[in-house]
Amino acid sequence: MLIAKMYMLVIFAGKSTRMKKVVDQFTVVSNIPYNSTNYCITLKSSLPLEKIEAGQFTNVEIPGNKDVFLRRPFSLFEVDYKSNTVSILVKILGKGSKTLTEVQSGEELSLIYPLGKGFTLPSKGEKILAVGGGSGVAPVLHLARNSHLPTEKVHVILGARSASDHIPVDHYSEWATCHYTTDDGSLGIHGVVTSHPLFKDLTQFDRIYACGPLPMMKAVAAQAKLADVSCEVSLENLMACGFGVCLCCIEPTNKGNLCVCTEGPVFNVNNLKW
Amino acid sequence: MVNLSVDIKGLALKNPVMTASGCSGFGEELTDFYDVSELGGILLKGITLRNRDGNPYPRMAETASGMLNAVGLQNKGVDYFISHIYPRIKDYNTSLIVNVNGSTVEEYVEVTEKIAELDKIAAMELNISCPNVKEGGMAFGVSCPSAEYVTREVRKVYPRPLIVKLSPNVTDVTEIAKAVEGQGADSVSLVNTFLGMAIDAVTRKPLLSTITGGLSGPAIKPIALRMVWQVSRAVKIPVIGLGGIMNATDAIEFFLAGASAIQVGTAIFKDPNIPVQIVQGIREYMYRHNVKDINNLIGGLQV
Repeated sequence: MLIAKMYMLVIFAGKSTRMKKVVDQFTVVSNIPYNSTNYCITLKSSLPLEKIEAGQFTNVEIPGNKDVFLRRPFSLFEVDYKSNTVSILVKILGKGSKTLTEVQSGEELSLIYPLGKGFTLPSKGEKILAVGGGSGVAPVLHLARNSHLPTEKVHVILGARSASDHIPVDHYSEWATCHYTTDDGSLGIHGVVTSHPLFKDLTQFDRIYACGPLPMMKAVAAQAKLADVSCEVSLENLMACGFGVCLCCIEPTNKGNLCVCTEGPVFNVNNLKW
Repeated sequence: MVNLSVDIKGLALKNPVMTASGCSGFGEELTDFYDVSELGGILLKGITLRNRDGNPYPRMAETASGMLNAVGLQNKGVDYFISHIYPRIKDYNTSLIVNVNGSTVEEYVEVTEKIAELDKIAAMELNISCPNVKEGGMAFGVSCPSAEYVTREVRKVYPRPLIVKLSPNVTDVTEIAKAVEGQGADSVSLVNTFLGMAIDAVTRKPLLSTITGGLSGPAIKPIALRMVWQVSRAVKIPVIGLGGIMNATDAIEFFLAGASAIQVGTAIFKDPNIPVQIVQGIREYMYRHNVKDINNLIGGLQV
């Protein structure tokens, strides 16, 4: 197996400019439940990690459930090239994600990665707002950590139903200024993400990013358009393959139907038919 | 050394493992993972005369041991293929086969004429079995007269190996196979997807925008295998088998049932390396069972 992988690496080294993708076996290092529906699964590769951009994703094979035939896509959350580990944030939505949250340390999972195109990183001196809801907080936090800007220039709003639905992100204060909203007011601002005071003046930001439930992203995009600030969103359309061959995850855009898995998942909202 | 090469009535394949149309794009997506020269052939994404946007989202639904799709032949048309895609892929060291679709016989013929000009296209697969388009597609493949008509007209303008891809959504697939054989098809490939549907019991709505779609994956393998076996006994031309093949053992079963080559489709969505692993697995099976030539396996079912 290792020989086969090395062979593929060699073959690819002499190839075109297309983005390299791999199918790799990862070992589960930890599977930590943050609350009743959100889990953080950390996985280690025996090979050096491929370079991963914030916003890129992996398609994960679901072990041991015959009712789950296809892989499930997850944003690559925390990436550590020193230990060759990545983590994914799994929110239980159905039988696939439920099965995945039952994996134990030491089990192996097959990942296809890195998939899709990530967020456009901010330039030096810019100020950004990144908004995440539900499992959409994963790519948003990954972006905040990789933006290489002073923390006062990186504002993150994390939205959830209730305080208990929020994942622990205290260590992100090293890279970003974090704000919270909850539907029930149990943490941070009472209301949805767009009711946060930062939305009163979006023109202070050079770029806005969002990932989360569709209504949330559309609300953020609408505000960004009004303020005429560049806005990128990361879509979560249903997909089978994740690498551009099945054409199932299409999104209508100004350039026609595009695959979210290869042309996205990150899109500038001006290119979408929203 | 074992021999893995097969000859599908003029279509020489270095090994009998191809990727199915609609499951490997134009081959380029596979090159992101590996060197496609390890494959016997690539069936390119179905093309039509003009640009097609395909069906609205959602286009897929997972099912037990498989999936439904309703892509609807999204592609940019044959002229775009020839000007933009063909130059990028033509030198792949594997057999490239174009999957041709149309709403009318005239469209099938016009696309075929353009494809016939391309030197690096080894063969074409006439798709008369797509279940996801309103006009044409499967309509041509479910009755003998229409299957004969489109095969005859396409045959007139295509000098290279002509494969006709059959629909399983018929009463007797051997009748359709015999009909296209009679009009000069060099081989038949089967099966395309089975018409199916899925419903969300909570919302009471269909899971696909088109309500119905094509079922593929291991769920359909036993039916596909049975149809390949029936057709291989009914016609003299070679049969290319597909339908739910996930590993080398599945592939061997299709050879024994009478397939001269196989296509791997939905399995690619699970793991793009599977076609290459199947080639290796077939080779290992042949060493293990002392089979020197893959051709000695074809139709080797012992009853």
